[in-house]
Amino acid sequence: MSDGGIEHHDYDVLVLGSGGSGLRAAIAAAEAGARTGLVCKSLLGKAHTVMAEGGLAASLGNVAPEDNWATHFQDTMFGGKYLNNWRMAELHAKEAPDRARELEHWGAVFDRTPQRTMSQRAFGGHTYKRLVHIGDRTGLEMIRTLHDKTVHSDVEVFMETTITRLIKDGERVVGCFGYRRQTGELIAFAAKALVLATGGSGRIYKITSNSQDCTGDGYALAFEAGAQLVDMEFVQFHPTGMVYPPGVAGLLVTEAVRGEGGILRNKDGERFMERYDPKRMELSTRDVVARSIYTEVKEGRGTPHGGAYLDVSHLDPDYVKRKLPSMYDQFLELAGVDITKEPMQVGPTCHYFMGGVKVDPDTGATRVPGLFATGEASGGMNGANRLGGNSLGDILVFGRRAGEGAAATANASGAVSLPAEAVADARAEIEGFLHGSGTENPFHMHRELQKIMGDGVGIFRDEEGLTEAIGKLEELDARVANLRAPSDRLDYNPGLQLCREVRNMLTVSHMIARAALLREESRGAHSRLDHTGYSDYWGEHNIIVEGTGAHDMSLTPTPVVKRDELEELVEARKEAEKAS
Amino acid sequence: MPMTTVADPPRPLGSTMRRDRWWIQPVMIVVALTLFGIYAVIRVIINKDYAITAGGAHLESPFFSPDLPGILSFHTSLPWAFLVLWSPLGLRSSCYYYRKSYYRSFFLAPPSCAVAGAARRKYTGETKFPLVLNNLHRIFFYFAAIVIGFLWYDAIRGLFYHGSFGIGIGNLIMFVNVICLSAFTFGCNSWRHIIGGKLNCFSCSTAAQKRHSAWQKVSILNRSHMQWAWISMFTVWFTDVYIWLVSAGVFSDPHHVF
Amino acid sequence: MSETIDLAHAPGPRKLQIWRGDLTSGELVEYELETEPGMVVLDAVLEIQRSQAPDLAVRWNCKAAKCGSCSAEVNGRPRLMCKTRLDHLPADQPITVEPMRAFPLIRDLVTDVSWNYRVNKQITPFTPRENLKPGVEVNAKGEFLIDQTDTDRMSEFRKCIECFMCQDVCHVLRDHRLHDRYYGPRFMMRMASLDMHPLDGVDRLDQIADEGGIGLCNITKCCTEVCPEGIHITDNAIIPMKERVVDQRHDPVLKLLHRTPNKGRIKPPPRSETPRL
Repeated sequence: MSDGGIEHHDYDVLVLGSGGSGLRAAIAAAEAGARTGLVCKSLLGKAHTVMAEGGLAASLGNVAPEDNWATHFQDTMFGGKYLNNWRMAELHAKEAPDRARELEHWGAVFDRTPQRTMSQRAFGGHTYKRLVHIGDRTGLEMIRTLHDKTVHSDVEVFMETTITRLIKDGERVVGCFGYRRQTGELIAFAAKALVLATGGSGRIYKITSNSQDCTGDGYALAFEAGAQLVDMEFVQFHPTGMVYPPGVAGLLVTEAVRGEGGILRNKDGERFMERYDPKRMELSTRDVVARSIYTEVKEGRGTPHGGAYLDVSHLDPDYVKRKLPSMYDQFLELAGVDITKEPMQVGPTCHYFMGGVKVDPDTGATRVPGLFATGEASGGMNGANRLGGNSLGDILVFGRRAGEGAAATANASGAVSLPAEAVADARAEIEGFLHGSGTENPFHMHRELQKIMGDGVGIFRDEEGLTEAIGKLEELDARVANLRAPSDRLDYNPGLQLCREVRNMLTVSHMIARAALLREESRGAHSRLDHTGYSDYWGEHNIIVEGTGAHDMSLTPTPVVKRDELEELVEARKEAEKAS
Repeated sequence: MPMTTVADPPRPLGSTMRRDRWWIQPVMIVVALTLFGIYAVIRVIINKDYAITAGGAHLESPFFSPDLPGILSFHTSLPWAFLVLWSPLGLRSSCYYYRKSYYRSFFLAPPSCAVAGAARRKYTGETKFPLVLNNLHRIFFYFAAIVIGFLWYDAIRGLFYHGSFGIGIGNLIMFVNVICLSAFTFGCNSWRHIIGGKLNCFSCSTAAQKRHSAWQKVSILNRSHMQWAWISMFTVWFTDVYIWLVSAGVFSDPHHVF
Repeated sequence: MSETIDLAHAPGPRKLQIWRGDLTSGELVEYELETEPGMVVLDAVLEIQRSQAPDLAVRWNCKAAKCGSCSAEVNGRPRLMCKTRLDHLPADQPITVEPMRAFPLIRDLVTDVSWNYRVNKQITPFTPRENLKPGVEVNAKGEFLIDQTDTDRMSEFRKCIECFMCQDVCHVLRDHRLHDRYYGPRFMMRMASLDMHPLDGVDRLDQIADEGGIGLCNITKCCTEVCPEGIHITDNAIIPMKERVVDQRHDPVLKLLHRTPNKGRIKPPPRSETPRL
């Protein structure tokens, strides 16, 4: 259907994002009988999930029979410094094993134990060997499996389609608007329920392990539609990214390298984790290892390219090549380093957003009727810091729940239609990027934004730096209305794409910087140089971000959502930690 | 309808944006295979001087093994060796590696990767006669494996000079040749399939597990199937030339009888 | 082979000739830029996009050789731009960067690869065999019991990142444009990984031979040569599938013995459509 040059589609459930969570949500919605559409910003199967390497945390107990959901729950809570939404952590720990088995039934192939069950490997912060994996490309295996399942489910897929606006009718989200990237043709979707599965926003930092697509679109779209966001100050810096050569700085070096026995050393050859976390050493939680490496470098004990040495050369070369094949290739091809013989040089890289859209744990519903969120786009599950392996479980467990939640809402809802003014408004925004009078170049503004965030809102933060960063972000606010693509052609225009993405990233940057300024303590992934310890108050509060627009952003500390029946488990873990 | 685009491949044969000398390999393959083919045919037609018998030796050229006139007691000046030679030549011409090399070098389909091939009205690959017959590769393999048995017999028999154990250059050449031929023949893709590759489950029975470990060993040979194909072709060639020269009296085979 | 990047040796300026154009016309346009140590072709293309040609169309995403988006033909050979270092290419001449040729052009370096997705949709998905043996093939919790030896064989093919460079370089598609008769190496490999799954219950040989068109492959191995994941596409996927098809329809000995492969596997319904370019 076409209307005034706008292609129009109508669905019960529309999923935005084709990473693991979006695909799982689409499959669930289609299985629940909803007419389902799936919008991908890139091609199908290229989403950032392919980058996940280490594994999927699920307490199957195949390698460690004593493992169970309660321990997984406790590990997740401890890793998240008890700021997690308890119910989410509970659902995740309980349901991840079923989701892993389900993947196998859809054709996924994982490494095996000698008993021929799914093998599980050790990872930072997990008490037992818990990560289901295949070599170091678990994310690819998952996305290919879900991709094939989706293609053979009743789901219509829109590839290379960018969504620039959510469209509301009164208080309710009824669809969205955007354009097809290949042709520039405008496209509008009416949907009874809409699921945001848009991932994180790593591209606000220059040094990041994230794909080009990770520009926080879902955070910004949800915020603009009136949803609440939670925990935005918690940005996980993965301890081990490549630091050299410059073109690949930030590229992920999987935690599986340490899981398989990799050792961190500083330039003096000292195994420095002995000083920071003598108990867990290299397999401490990501926030601790990242800060340790950062501190070593800052205090002058870094490697020539400003990182730490990560060494697996003491392991059997064949074992390394079998267990870490893509790491072996990556270093050999891109850095000219044979990791079976020489150490890697690694440093922290922006990796994951614990924060996101605040959702109902059981259904993925946001506070805005008709709007759902899942995966990295949603917040709460991971608290102040995510354990490695929990994101692949998270996307499956909550992807399915959001898909079912959205289908239930859609099935109970009458037809929806897109208000003409809202559509006209959205169209005007895109046309402004193409033909407006603006003079701001999105490529340049993106660089400026990355510099502001890297300088002021990085791994260590303080009041002065954050205040300065917020000031600079406000300067960008004034200029962002003047963004214009350097070219006005419609087909595959990278400048047009970046215009809206820069706006989204700017909104997200504000949330992070402001929440980071408000949280006057150091906890998990959030480290304040001027407030180095834990605060009792903040240990009980999440920060909720909401507003009516980018200029009107309010932040409210809200008590952590607990559950009485889990109190005992959490207290037991806290006691055990104190005792050691 | 296939869309035509400006980035369509340039049609003329050999068009490419590659900068390397991609044509060297096909040219070398054409030269080597043509020379070998011509040599083999002429050699079989000449039909003499194919065994070293001086001093009680018994060294048979691989082109003329098994010695059908000897075994079946007949005499002929006709090129009888063709009665045997079809199987190793058939094995080679339907071998997956040789197929690759002649499709590239002789059929120019394609001459090299990302290089435009010869224009054909209709490309049918291996779906039509005669190329569909390449699917019978395994039949040639069965017969060629029998010939390999004879070549091992020849090599071992060659160690006995009038019944006494001896060893010489000719013996070494015979053994090197039969080892290389075996490595080529038993690295065959069809054999790899038959021995274990056809199983859907490598672990489901004791027999399957045994076949899996055999498959793994064949896979090791198969990984260097190309190398063995060339090496064994040249060892056969060289062995025959050596035996021809010695039996024609050009020089004698240095050996020691114990 | 290990080689370290020489820091003392400043990389200096390089020239790139990038294909610019659309369905109507196009040409190679030369750009010059300063390079950094270890720079890859994608870095150079994006730098040109940022500073000299803001409308240059290029598809990329992870920049880590994991998503398979940035396939192009560099100096005439299909390559991932994010994995091809400038200092590995001859320094005395400009580097040419062109779109893949086996697919319709959209613009500049971006091609329409949707045909591949249409092919994928035609392949019957993994379907566990009915009546899996409890305790042998599936445990009480519903988890499959598969041996690592079987996993190893399948997982080589599952490393595929769908960059489609094997499809691009395959002359059946590239030169002969037989997109409606041959699925191409990527999907031969996909079907191989399904056919070799010990618990799969589908007899795929007819699809492999007929709609898939495996007979059109003349095993010239260019797919294997360009695979950025180093998958032995021809030797480990296509040839074994050709051999299984021989079992099913060509081998006179097996015919004589009435031996048919794939016992216990069920033939799927015929495919709904032929994927066209």
